[in-house]
Parts: sequence; structure tokens; C-alpha cells
Amino acid sequence: MAWKATDIRGVDVEAQETPALSEQTVSEIRALFDRYPTRQAVLLPALHLAQAQIGYLPPKALLEIAGLLELAPAQVLDVVTFYEMYWRQPKGRKLIQVCRSMSCELCGQVGLLDAIKAKLGIEEGQTTPDGQFTLIAVECLAACDKAPVVLVNETLHEKVAVKDLDEILKPE
Amino acid sequence: MTPEELHELAQAHLEADKKLSHCLFVCGAAACLAARSDAVIEAFQAAVKARGLEESVAVKNAGCMGLCALGPLVRVEPAGVLYQQVTPEDAGAILDGLGGPPVERLVCPTDVPFYQRQFNIVLENSGHIDSESLDDYVARGGYAALAKALTAMTPGQVVDEVTTSGLRGRGGGGYRTGLKWSTVAKAPGQKKYVICNADEGDPGAFMDRSVLESDPHRVLEGMAIAAYAVGANEGYIYVRAEYPLAIKRLADAIRKAQRAGVLGNAIMGTTFSFQVDLRLGAGAFVCGEETALISSIEGKRGTPRPRPPYPAEFGLWGRPTLINNVETFANVPAIVRNGGHWFASIGTEKSAGTKVFALAGRVVNTGLIEVPMGITLREIIYDIGGGIPEGRKFKAVQTGGPSGGCIPQQYLDMPVDYESLAQVGSIMGSGGMIVMDETSCMVDVARFFMDFCRTESCGRCVPCRVGTTHMHTLLTRITDGSATLDDLALLEELCEMVKQTSLCGLGQTAPNPVISTLRYFRDEYLAHIVEKRCPAGVCRMTRAPKEVAV
Ligand SMILES: Cc1cc2nc3c(=O)[nH]c(=O)nc-3n(C[C@H](O)[C@H](O)[C@H](O)COP(=O)(O)O)c2cc1C
Ligand code: FES
Repeated sequence: MAWKATDIRGVDVEAQETPALSEQTVSEIRALFDRYPTRQAVLLPALHLAQAQIGYLPPKALLEIAGLLELAPAQVLDVVTFYEMYWRQPKGRKLIQVCRSMSCELCGQVGLLDAIKAKLGIEEGQTTPDGQFTLIAVECLAACDKAPVVLVNETLHEKVAVKDLDEILKPE
Repeated sequence: MTPEELHELAQAHLEADKKLSHCLFVCGAAACLAARSDAVIEAFQAAVKARGLEESVAVKNAGCMGLCALGPLVRVEPAGVLYQQVTPEDAGAILDGLGGPPVERLVCPTDVPFYQRQFNIVLENSGHIDSESLDDYVARGGYAALAKALTAMTPGQVVDEVTTSGLRGRGGGGYRTGLKWSTVAKAPGQKKYVICNADEGDPGAFMDRSVLESDPHRVLEGMAIAAYAVGANEGYIYVRAEYPLAIKRLADAIRKAQRAGVLGNAIMGTTFSFQVDLRLGAGAFVCGEETALISSIEGKRGTPRPRPPYPAEFGLWGRPTLINNVETFANVPAIVRNGGHWFASIGTEKSAGTKVFALAGRVVNTGLIEVPMGITLREIIYDIGGGIPEGRKFKAVQTGGPSGGCIPQQYLDMPVDYESLAQVGSIMGSGGMIVMDETSCMVDVARFFMDFCRTESCGRCVPCRVGTTHMHTLLTRITDGSATLDDLALLEELCEMVKQTSLCGLGQTAPNPVISTLRYFRDEYLAHIVEKRCPAGVCRMTRAPKEVAV
């Protein structure tokens, strides 16, 4: 093992018995092996699959993927840290992604982001203590003609105004 | 499916459509979907059922119809009436009015410059077919170009046709597509790859997303033709993971095309095989750069490498690889079907064909447009775009995103083509077009794009990693009022350095927004630095010294 890992509660992951990846995820990853000339090529899809199952990528899952793909754990971590969409911390049930690109800024995103922060009481990159919301600002969501836009999980809200926030930020 | 069967399918589909009295196309692309077009479709389906019209009226989920700002849009054929801002409650009224005069209050006029100034090749099917139906695509001549290439042309002839067309890459660089294809075709080796770059990351760009959502088969057909021309049997589409709808439509289209035998093994009964695989990005802008994209498919960090060697010779897993943009591939079926000369006759001499632009920012009609190359910026912004809202004044139009520049008023009558845009210090780029009015501060705009480049720099080379951060700091100082004229001199020096010495296009073009705003709006920079004042009233100048020496 290349690094000593603890999960979010500070528990030593190597001491945990059950694997992080479900049998189904493992078999979905294995099914990709034949598609590519190298095992390494499966890494990005494997990380997407693991994240879809767990919601984020705990160290234990990364170690298991490294084992499956016959890669050094460092290679896996190297890739995970490069891409923005891989989460190494648990995120809230609702991921609030506020577009911070040009058209949205021209059309009033700045006040919007401040209002969301104030409403949730968190900064960018943080999760509310009740685990409901995680807030991040992202680059163009390719809906500039309806700026400003906010993506909540897979739902895109367009032409969002501060008064719409009560509706958009309803807890589950 | 053989070419004959393909033809029969197209005919059968057209016959079946003739039996219908009306066909309703409801836009199901992302913008209209967000305006609840899914509920509109359901309402129409329920209303059709309630009236027992299933035999004579079809409701289809179609692709983008352009005027996204007025969505959800619904087109009624054969009358050709377009309805705007349709709600589920309107379904009954529209159905009951079929055959009679259209429902006046919902009609969206189509004899307006917005539609008349446009010329559709890439978007020709958009809004006219059910984007999830292979049959619809085939009925409009889909996969006929692939059949023609496979049965009546040699690979060399296909390359020649694309060369004759004068098509240039739509991903930003504008490299000659025919030349790229012939390089890959000539490269030695049995194993070659074709990659479609669908990583569309430029802020302000949403052309590729719309094409993939509205007409996915068009891109697949273009890729298959390319694969035949260059001698490849495997292809990848690298698509931004932020586009869930496009991914779903593509995956579905690949499955249907394979089942119909127009993709996969022994395509259309010939010996040609072509497998396509979908790969998702993971949120890194630099992965749109071709060598970084290849590295990402290989399962590594998406960092670019120096070129040459170019992917055409040394690409995916070291094999010769053809990599083109979504829109580039989407032009190919029309070129093969109508001939290279036809395509070359559209647009200008050096920039043939059309270009799809994503019109956004401070303009009345925002949305996707397709125009012949050589059209002027004024025609785009005022005739098609409807001008600047709220009676404000036009200030500049930004093209090419973070690699492009801001074009001021005096060039509005300039033709839009690769060379003219470069001449005034911008680029065609991938097609983002952001209009700005007098309320936009040009220094702030420059700072904005620099912030983007700074965060997206992959960190592999020093000029880009350190230079963009340093330039961003200087621009921030200008916008908060703490900068001096020395800072401005240093900024200009850095622009030159980063441009000349960066490893990939990201760094090489990162200074462009600064250079172009300095070129046309230097007075705004000086107002910030010397007078500690933001002419547009955007920058707060919080750190300006209290006593200002003017
Ligand atoms: C930083 C950077 C980002 C890029 N992003 C994209 C992109 O999102 N989509 C794209 O098609 N090309 C992008 N390109 C251009 C590609 O490297 C490549 O030139 C293009 O895919 C070739 O296709 P074409 O000849 O059809 O334009 C990018 C280039 C750079 C330097
Ligand atoms: S700028 Fe916000 S969606 Fe494009």
C-alpha cells in the first residue's frame, strides 16, 4: 500500500472489511477491459463508475481500482487530482453548480452567487453541515443564452434571479 | 442494412409520414427542456389521445430550432407554423386549430431576418427530425452519403472531395480538413483511429452540445466516412461529462446505428467495419487540446505534449489518429452527398461553407445560428441578433472565448472569416460570440478570461502556469485601483512572453483578450490606472488611494 488512508470519520480504511466497490461496479469495470489495448485506459471510466456508486471517491475505492487495473496507487491518485469532477470528499445530496463564465457574469451571476452563499451560510467548495447542499462555481455550462444559470444535480435552472432561490434551494 | 435497404427504409418512412395529416415537432434540446418542453410533449400526447387523433397526428421530440430565448418552441408540419413559449395548457388549443388558421397569440414569425439570413448545413435537420429516431434521419437523406462513399468512391476520392470543399476545422484552429485527412491516410500502419472532439470547453460556446443533442447521427455518419477515407476501424467520441443529455442521445444513436448495420461490422454489407466508443471527460478544459485529449483517453492526466509529432502521425497509443471537431464532422455528410464544389461555392474563397455561432450576452435574440462565412458582424448582431436590448449602445463583440479577442464598433462591417478575424486581433475560435454593451468594462472582461486561463492551466509549462497567474494579479490590481503605469508595462511584457513561450495553445493564446482590449480600449485601462475610475462603473476600485494625483 502506497499511502495510509483514513476515511472521513478518521477510520483506518485498511482495517475495514467490506470492499468499497460493489460487485456490480467491479464487474462493470471488468467489462471494459477488452475494449482497450491497455488496462490504464479503463481508469477514467472506472472512476466515473465508482463515483456513481459511492457518490465520491474514498481512498479505499482508489486502492481497489488500482488493484483491478494493475496500476500503482500513485498513478490513480495522480489522475484523480487532475480532473475537477472527481470528488475525494463526500458531497451534499444536492450539488449546486453556479456558472461563473462570461455571459452569466454579464447577466447578473455575481449577486446571485453571493446570495446563495448567504442563504446556505457556506462558501464555494463547502457543504452545509446537514449534508444537504454543496456549492461550487464552475465554468460555462453551455446555456449562455439563458444566463445566468445554475445546475442543481442534473437539473439546469435558467435566467435565475435572487428571488428564485427559495424554490431552487429547497431541501429534500 | 444494404444501401438498397437504406433507400427503401427512407421511402417507407416518407410514405408513412404522408398518411399523417399533421406532425408536431416539440423542441427537446437542453434550453427548451429547461423551459419544461418535456411537459409540453406529454400534454400534446395526452391531448392527441383524448381526441383520438393517434392515426393522423404525430408528436415528435425534435432538436434545437434556434430561437432558444423564446422556448419551448413547437413546429407544426406541413403548415410550417412555428409556435413560441408554448405551455402544456396550450396543447389543446393548438390541436383544435390544426387545419385552420394558426393560434395567433403563440405564433413565432419565421419570415424575420433571424431565420432568413441563416443558411443551414450543419443544422439542416435540427428541429425537423426526432433526434432519437434513426428512421427520421434516414428519411431526410441520412447515411446516404456513407452509402455513396462505401459503394461508389475509393477512400482517396473521399479525401479529394473533402479537399475540394475547402472545409477547415471548426474546433478553433481552422486547419484544412482535407490536408489532415490525407496525412492520416498516408501515414504507415494498419491500425489507425478517428476521434471526435466533443469536449467543447470555451466559455460561451454551445454549438457542439446542440448538434449532438439535435442530430447525433450526423456526427456518427461524418466519423464513419472519415474512418473509411483514412483507413481506420475504431473511433472515439470524447464528450464533456457536463452534457448529460448529449451523452444519452449519443449512446442511444450509436446503439441504433449498430443495430441497423450502418455502424459496426461489415457496414451496409461491405467489408468496411467501424466501431465507435463514447468517452466522458472529467472536467478539465485543457483536455480539448488534441494531445491532452489523447492522453486522457489513454487513462492519464490530460496534459498536452509538444507537437510535432502531430496526432496524424503519432496519436492514440502511438497510432496515426485523425482528430476533428463535432461541427467539422457534421459538415462531411453534406459534402459527400452534394460534392466538394457545392460546399466551396458557399461562404468565401478561403473560408468555405457556413459556421455555427452561439450568440449570447447583451443581444436581443440569443441562441444558436448558422450563417454563411463572409457575413458581416453587423448582420449577425443587428439583423439576426435583433440588436442590443434596452436601447443601450454596442461596445464590442468577443469571439473565440479565452483564446480570442474583443472586436470594437469600427469593424462591425467586416466579413466574418478566419483571416479577417485574425487581422483585427481575434479568432474564429469554436463559435462563441458574446456581445457587450456600454455597461461592460473591458479591463474586467480581460481579467475575467485570464482568471479562466489561470485556473485551467494544466501547470505543465512555466510560462503558462506562472504567467497567467501573474497577469491575473496585475489585472486585478488595475480593476481595484491599486495599479501603476509600471504595472501596465509589465503586463504588456508578460503578454508577449507567455504568447511566445507556452507549450500549448492554451498558454499561447491566453494573452489574446488582454492584447486585444489594450489595442482598442487602452483609454479604459488608463482611466483605471491614472484616474482611478471605471468608465463602465463595473469595478469597485476598493483599493484606490484616497488622495488621487491626476
Ligand atoms: C486549450 C485548448 C482547448 C481546445 N478545446 C477544444 C475543444 O473543446 N473542442 C475542439 O474541437 N477543439 C479544441 N481545441 C482544438 C484541438 O486541439 C484540435 O485542434 C481540434 O480538435 C481539431 O479539430 P478540427 O481540425 O476539426 O478543428 C482546443 C485547443 C486548445 C489549445
Ligand atoms: S456563460 Fe454561463 S452558461 Fe455559458
